[in-house]
Amino acid sequence: MSSLLQIKGVNKAFGGLNALTDINLEIEEGGIHAIIGPNGAGKSTLLNCCIGRLMPDTGSVTFNGHDMVGMPPHDINHAGMVRVFQTPEIFPSLSLLANVMLPAFAQRDGVFKFNPFSSLYAEKEIRDKAMEELKNVGLENSFREKAETISRGDKRRLELAMGLVQKPKLLLLDEPTAGMARLDTNKTIDLLLEIKKTGVTKVIIEHDMHVVFSLADKISVLAQGAIIAEGKPEEIKGNPIVIEAYLGGEVG
Amino acid sequence: MKKISLKNDYVATLLFAIVVLFAPIWLSPFGANYPDLLQKFAIFGIFALGYNLLFGATGYLSFGHAAFLGIGSYTAVWCFKLFTMNILPAIIMSTLVSGVFALLIGYICLRRSGIYFSILTLAFAQMAYSLAYSVLTPITNGETGLQLTMQDPRYVDAMVGVVVQDGLPSTNLFGLSVNGYSGFYICAVVLILAFFVSLKIFRSPYGLKLAAIKSNQVRMQYTGFNTRPYLISVFVISGMFAGLAGGLLAAIDPLAGAERMQWTASGEIVLMTILGGAGTLIGPLLGVMVIKYFENIFSAINESVLHDAFSFLPDTIENVIVAVTHVFVGEGWHLSLGLIFVLVVTFLPGGIMQALSILTRRYKQFRSGTNSTSESETDSQGEQK
Repeated sequence: MSSLLQIKGVNKAFGGLNALTDINLEIEEGGIHAIIGPNGAGKSTLLNCCIGRLMPDTGSVTFNGHDMVGMPPHDINHAGMVRVFQTPEIFPSLSLLANVMLPAFAQRDGVFKFNPFSSLYAEKEIRDKAMEELKNVGLENSFREKAETISRGDKRRLELAMGLVQKPKLLLLDEPTAGMARLDTNKTIDLLLEIKKTGVTKVIIEHDMHVVFSLADKISVLAQGAIIAEGKPEEIKGNPIVIEAYLGGEVG
Repeated sequence: MKKISLKNDYVATLLFAIVVLFAPIWLSPFGANYPDLLQKFAIFGIFALGYNLLFGATGYLSFGHAAFLGIGSYTAVWCFKLFTMNILPAIIMSTLVSGVFALLIGYICLRRSGIYFSILTLAFAQMAYSLAYSVLTPITNGETGLQLTMQDPRYVDAMVGVVVQDGLPSTNLFGLSVNGYSGFYICAVVLILAFFVSLKIFRSPYGLKLAAIKSNQVRMQYTGFNTRPYLISVFVISGMFAGLAGGLLAAIDPLAGAERMQWTASGEIVLMTILGGAGTLIGPLLGVMVIKYFENIFSAINESVLHDAFSFLPDTIENVIVAVTHVFVGEGWHLSLGLIFVLVVTFLPGGIMQALSILTRRYKQFRSGTNSTSESETDSQGEQK
């Protein structure tokens, strides 16, 4: 059994509030692993601990043999972990094509390459790669447009393309359908199912049950900073503890 | 067969070269055709091109770029004093020395971004300015300014046996005088080279990454780029452009004073870049021309010139008009410039270039409105990126 991401004994407190208590989680290669939980359960904190934005107080995060704690974001990217943000993080003043070409450049050129005299027009390979990825998410027709002009749903698809063009080992999706209309949500689910076939390992943080149960192979349930259940979608669906955490927590 | 378009770097540079080299002709209707002003256009154009690579491309607002201009000038004058009156080694040296200083200053200042970066660069420039007046007097000659003297050794010139008959020798490029129009053409050639370099950078993957840093730096880091070396390298390049401009300033007039490094000089280049259109290729050059034109032409207009201009009007009206307008010209040229700047920043945040692009769009709409055969879409992006 090979696990790609190992989270061991992670604790994180903000002041007196324990955001995460003794989190142990293993993400295996392939498939979609969803982390769900009600608002304030600590999903985003956990994600931020994985990508180096937050330092866990204790415990370790190991990805593909690298210790992730304290690693700068660009090195985490090159280790093969790519995050797709909850609020679209794109390059608003650049064209869609440029938005996808940049991660492709990062993949090829590394953290820094000084090539001020090579022409952008000569980068056919990178361009084709980016166009291919834009086509996969259905944005190939508006590749010339500035990223700030497209709809929110399109921005999220664009960001997905930016993540996928790097062929990451692990893709972290932070609420990929948050703030989307139902139609857009279903389109995104179809898209993610399509991408699932390519074999990229994905972790989805989500609170929309519809999305989670249509996509995930495995689900971990987070409530009040601790993992309360883990298993296949069918097991989670009928789990009384989960129902209690979701319904009881919100009503009471 | 390759299509001839502005997307081709050589075609764009050639076009630019033609425009620059014929500047004495198309500038004469504006009364701006005299060598001193033309040289200033070209030299500050180089400065602005370099500044635009930093501020225009990455959005990092440096308030201390005049320091590199000053460092370039001092280096060039020392080259004249110590080695040779030929300007070629001098401008090469000033570029390199400024580059070294830019590396040191950039390394420290780029630890911060936004307003903190601006303040740090301002602090460094003011420090350079104060040092030039105080402890560095042996190098800078303090308030008098660094100038040539009869006692200068000029080792290289002495070695090849250049004999100075009477008075101070003058700077030259392998014997070609740097005064008058030949001086302008020397500066123009350097400007064209600088334009080519800047064009190449803007159109390279490296340039795209700089633009992406301006657009969303945090995203750049999560995309897998270490933004710091990108910023430091472009800061150094931009400092080298400024040093080159400083060297040329000293070449046409071998005198370097600390006032060249004052914060007003740093502020001026910011104004020029914003006025013309930061981030566009030729916008900053237009900004330079407008400001230098005001500084040199508008400031020379006095009341009697105004009276002549309005003499066709009845006396009372003439007097009223002159009384109102003379506030804006002559000594008051700063006032008109300030007004223009306020208007441009308020209504056209993209500067003169934005105005031009709006005009071309209107023109195209007008054309396609009257002409049913649709115009083939020419790539107006090519001019900017």
